[in-house]
Amino acid sequence: MKADLQKNRTRNTLRTATDHLATGLAVLATVLVIAPLFAIFGYLIYKGASSLNLAFFTQIPKPEGEVGGGMANAIVGSGVLLAVASLLGIPVGIGGGIYLAEFGRGTSLANAIRFTADVLNGVPSIVMGIAIYALIVFRQKHFSAFSGGVALGIMMIPTVTRTTEEMLLMVPHSIREAALGLGVPNWRSVLSITLKTASPGVITGCMLAFARVAGETAPLLFTALGNEFWSVSLNQPIAALPLQIYIYAISPYDDQHRLAWAGSLVLIALIVLAVSLVRYVASRGILKGAS
Amino acid sequence: MGVGIEVTNLNAWYGTNHTLQDINLPIPANHATALIGPSGCGKSTFVRCLNRMHETNPIARVTGSVKIGDLDIYADASPVEVRRRVGMVFQRPNPFPTMSIYDNVASGLKLNGYSNRKALDEIVERSLKHAALWDEVKDDLKKKSGASLSGGQQQRMCIARALAVDPEVLLMDEPASALDPVSTSKIEDLIFQLKTQYTIVIVTHNMQQAARVAEKTGFFLNGRMVEFDSTHKIFTNPTDKRTEDYITGRFG
Repeated sequence: MKADLQKNRTRNTLRTATDHLATGLAVLATVLVIAPLFAIFGYLIYKGASSLNLAFFTQIPKPEGEVGGGMANAIVGSGVLLAVASLLGIPVGIGGGIYLAEFGRGTSLANAIRFTADVLNGVPSIVMGIAIYALIVFRQKHFSAFSGGVALGIMMIPTVTRTTEEMLLMVPHSIREAALGLGVPNWRSVLSITLKTASPGVITGCMLAFARVAGETAPLLFTALGNEFWSVSLNQPIAALPLQIYIYAISPYDDQHRLAWAGSLVLIALIVLAVSLVRYVASRGILKGAS
Repeated sequence: MGVGIEVTNLNAWYGTNHTLQDINLPIPANHATALIGPSGCGKSTFVRCLNRMHETNPIARVTGSVKIGDLDIYADASPVEVRRRVGMVFQRPNPFPTMSIYDNVASGLKLNGYSNRKALDEIVERSLKHAALWDEVKDDLKKKSGASLSGGQQQRMCIARALAVDPEVLLMDEPASALDPVSTSKIEDLIFQLKTQYTIVIVTHNMQQAARVAEKTGFFLNGRMVEFDSTHKIFTNPTDKRTEDYITGRFG
């Protein structure tokens, strides 16, 4: 009896130790995941915050060699490019995801689309830039915001499509049956019930795609090109934050290096802001207690 | 008002699996009809044939005829039209999780383009009263999500949702099997009241439940209907030996 108790106690100590070890490893892994993000953000603030002032947000770049100037045109330009990209990428992407999950299940067309989306996801962004250069810029004979937006938009499609599909497939079958059982036509049930139920996940997918292309530089190099001056025209070359950062980062002037750091900080801050805003707006429509 | 259902030579398949064989059954209007039988005997498939839900599964197939009132639902109507006339309550409560209680109940009408607010308010109130849920939820109709109710309340909300589109027939596929005894007895009381206005077909595993709520009972076994008669006759003096074996608990 006593020996048994003794044995039990050793086993308990062992269990507790294993428990602590496993918890410790999980915490360590979490820290390792979060650390780079904080390190990058901290370094950006350290390097870039000092160059952030009103001029950064209101002025356009100064000619080479002069000190000062800002990235107002690049901030607006990125906004224009991302608006074009979202208008193209999000509807097409969600539509494709709906087809894959709801209408084309098991068909060879759906399999072909799924495969294409996965390959497209793996296409290097510089290749996307060249392709759009050949398809749009070369034919129109000029660089344009439109072509840059299209390049980014196409890059958004596969991510949006695949997450939409996954999220729709997670909606329980019983909910679709409930809608059909009420005499709701299938298309209406897909749009108003299944897609709505899956919407938090679908929105997350869209935001992931958005955040990813917001920082892309390569596809813009020979499409949007960049612009030293104010332009919001879709038919003209347009400035973009990643492009401006790239140009300043490889320039020989210290002042421009500092602006590049500030631009990086602003880029990340704007992405976080945009994503949070969309999430906040989207979450207001959804009731508490929903599962 | 409910209408009667006339089922003639109904056969159903899932792939190559012949799940219903030559079912003939007259279901009376404004009564509750119970379908009993062991698991996998085809009773759920049968009710799903009555509102054409069976065919939402791509490998499913049906032959034979089902007349609801004067409407031959396989020959003369689209599945969507049929389902508006034949409401269904499922085994597990399946509220729309993103919708409030109000929107859940109004969903059948709203999703079919009905938007008269005042009329909707009235229909929602009437349906919830019919489903004996009104007093419990009237204060937070639009504030609370349908999914935040208890299981029994959710099921009654699902019944209200089915009633809101004003069907003639109400199919219930083991509506109380996922519920506790108190909620079950509420659902049974409800069936008792509803059958004065609707034709009710209820699938149940629980023979006492069949005996309590239904005037007529059908016994299914291996995809066939073995016996269909008044509930009293089925439970006291069945004609078929297999029915007797089942209700006395010798198998199933």
